[in-house]
Amino acid sequence: MLLDFFFTLRRHQLPVSIREHLLLIEAIQAQTIGPDLTEFYHLARTTLVKDESNYDKYDRAFAEYFKGIETLAGVSAEIPIEWLLRQAELTLSAQERAQIEAMGGWEEMMAQLRQRLEEQKERHQGGNRMIGTAGTSPFGAYGYNPQGVRIGQDRSRHRSAVKVWDQREFRNLDGNAELGTRNIKIALRRLRRFAREGAAEEFDIDNTISRTARNAGLLDVQMRPERRNAIKVLLFLDIGGSMDDHVKLCEELFSAARSEFKRLEYFYFHNCLYDHVWKDNRRRLSARTPTLEILHKYGHDHRVIFVGDATMSPYEILQPGGSIEYDNPEAGSVWLQRVLTTYRKTVWLNPEPEELWNYRQSVAIIRDLFKGRMYPTTLGGLELAMKTLAR
Amino acid sequence: MRFEGSGSYVATDDLKLAVNAAITLRRPLLVKGEPGTGKTMLAEQVAASLGLPLLEWHVKSTTKAQQGLYEYDAVSRLRDSQLGESRVHDIANYIVRGTLWEAFASDTPVVLLIDEIDKADIEFPNDLLRELDRMEFHVYETRELVRARHRPIVFITSNNEKELPDAFLRRCFFHYIRFPDKETLERIVEVHFPGIRKELLRAALESFFEVRETPGLKKKPSTSEFLDWLKLLLAEDIGPELLRSKDRKSIIPPMHGALLKNEQDVHLFERLVFLSRQPR
Repeated sequence: MLLDFFFTLRRHQLPVSIREHLLLIEAIQAQTIGPDLTEFYHLARTTLVKDESNYDKYDRAFAEYFKGIETLAGVSAEIPIEWLLRQAELTLSAQERAQIEAMGGWEEMMAQLRQRLEEQKERHQGGNRMIGTAGTSPFGAYGYNPQGVRIGQDRSRHRSAVKVWDQREFRNLDGNAELGTRNIKIALRRLRRFAREGAAEEFDIDNTISRTARNAGLLDVQMRPERRNAIKVLLFLDIGGSMDDHVKLCEELFSAARSEFKRLEYFYFHNCLYDHVWKDNRRRLSARTPTLEILHKYGHDHRVIFVGDATMSPYEILQPGGSIEYDNPEAGSVWLQRVLTTYRKTVWLNPEPEELWNYRQSVAIIRDLFKGRMYPTTLGGLELAMKTLAR
Repeated sequence: MRFEGSGSYVATDDLKLAVNAAITLRRPLLVKGEPGTGKTMLAEQVAASLGLPLLEWHVKSTTKAQQGLYEYDAVSRLRDSQLGESRVHDIANYIVRGTLWEAFASDTPVVLLIDEIDKADIEFPNDLLRELDRMEFHVYETRELVRARHRPIVFITSNNEKELPDAFLRRCFFHYIRFPDKETLERIVEVHFPGIRKELLRAALESFFEVRETPGLKKKPSTSEFLDWLKLLLAEDIGPELLRSKDRKSIIPPMHGALLKNEQDVHLFERLVFLSRQPR
């Protein structure tokens, strides 16, 4: 039962298991829903999909599986896909819309569809009667009819259409989407490691009891250090130049990181890391911190996050004196390599879309330096980065 | 038993369906959603409308799964033994029942709320797998098996701070409460403030969604904040004209402090309003 549906979901890479499928069947048997496709859509979603970032995938899979079944219930003819290929867009005046408004109920529409399928033998586009694209007939796609039956269209175009799953309202929650502060905070929270360090000031009941018991009942008080987030983070932010496009995102990332990590140090650099960085962008020339000092000051257990678009001329990374700001005695790649050897847990976050990385030589160079540990600043990318750092 | 929404809680159709599936099959329902969309309220309302007692278990970062089952109060047993009390010989005197045990032992079916499960340690949900699946557990100290007389209706809420393990998710129904659209929010307000003037509500809704749309807000105002804000507007007797006036001087909604809880957000909002006031 519903096996094809199950495999359609799996083909869309939804992590559904047999157990959940059995639960769905059990729920249907227990008659939690009536014979209604929308109710089935909700029930199957609540049993099979366990994360809102998968809702959109589910909507697509559901649409694919049920597209043919519902719109053409009881119709034996097959509609060639070419007919429905989107060819043109259509806009109607309000007056014309009103004319189409009244066409009778669903039942009648299906009856008409069946009848017209019989009549129709060739591709049809435009017009107002036959099945095809961009017309005003109630059947077909990319057209306008408020009561239309949609055939092979991936979304509701005029918002008055009936199907929930075609609206794909959960696209925002997809793991590949852009970030908001709350999302960033939650992603950063994955990088938490609770540990007991420092002065022993908390009363340790369990240990006290076991020690007391061993001590033949004489009280032996035990103390232990408090449990807190032991993660230490160094944040290097690229600033100015091509990063101006990403200021908002960096601000969000920065404010989220500040509230999530108690022990966070941040520094700015421009394009590539050289022998100094700075903490206050207005005093970048007067109040500099030598990079070497950072490497010596902060212990090896720090996690290091670079944020930058890594978009520059390759010389700026590879060549001594390549910096666009001053004559740097050592190449940027040397400095990056030093950071990488000092801190084993280092990642680079790149706000540029991942698709563009391949077109930029400098991105490839830095990515190689980081052994592939460059991630896009989407929710999915940030999560991966935090996972790498937490490991 | 069916849940059809209640006098003071507006449930959308898909939410009702998920709740009813969970009630019928007695599987836990995991509820996620933006803060302030009524996740915790849901359990309270289901319990109230079905007339069942509600047991709550609020999870903190230090909560252990074991605490929901039972705790062995070794400290008082130790003290009693030093004082030579006689009850010290029966270990059962020192077993303190947890919320889950109470729910299993109840004579009537109960609604059990496990609130903010993501706050706890990563192992927490894994430690409850068998308990939530078979609804039974073993008491090690007394060698006793506790089994639910009636499978409780379990609601679990999560704020998404940690990913929950797959094995746990497979045993639950899942529902994501979306932020309500204008119509649903209107119904929610109607439930909380019956008889609120139509114009005021409409005007308030419009400015609320405008504030929500402001780009770059650190924390968007939620439903519960909106309701607080309405309460303030009503208390101060602020007319709808003031909210709706596109007059550039009074364009900042009154009492916006109830909607924006973050200093930076308030600054940002005021700055944006100030900018839009400049003649182009």
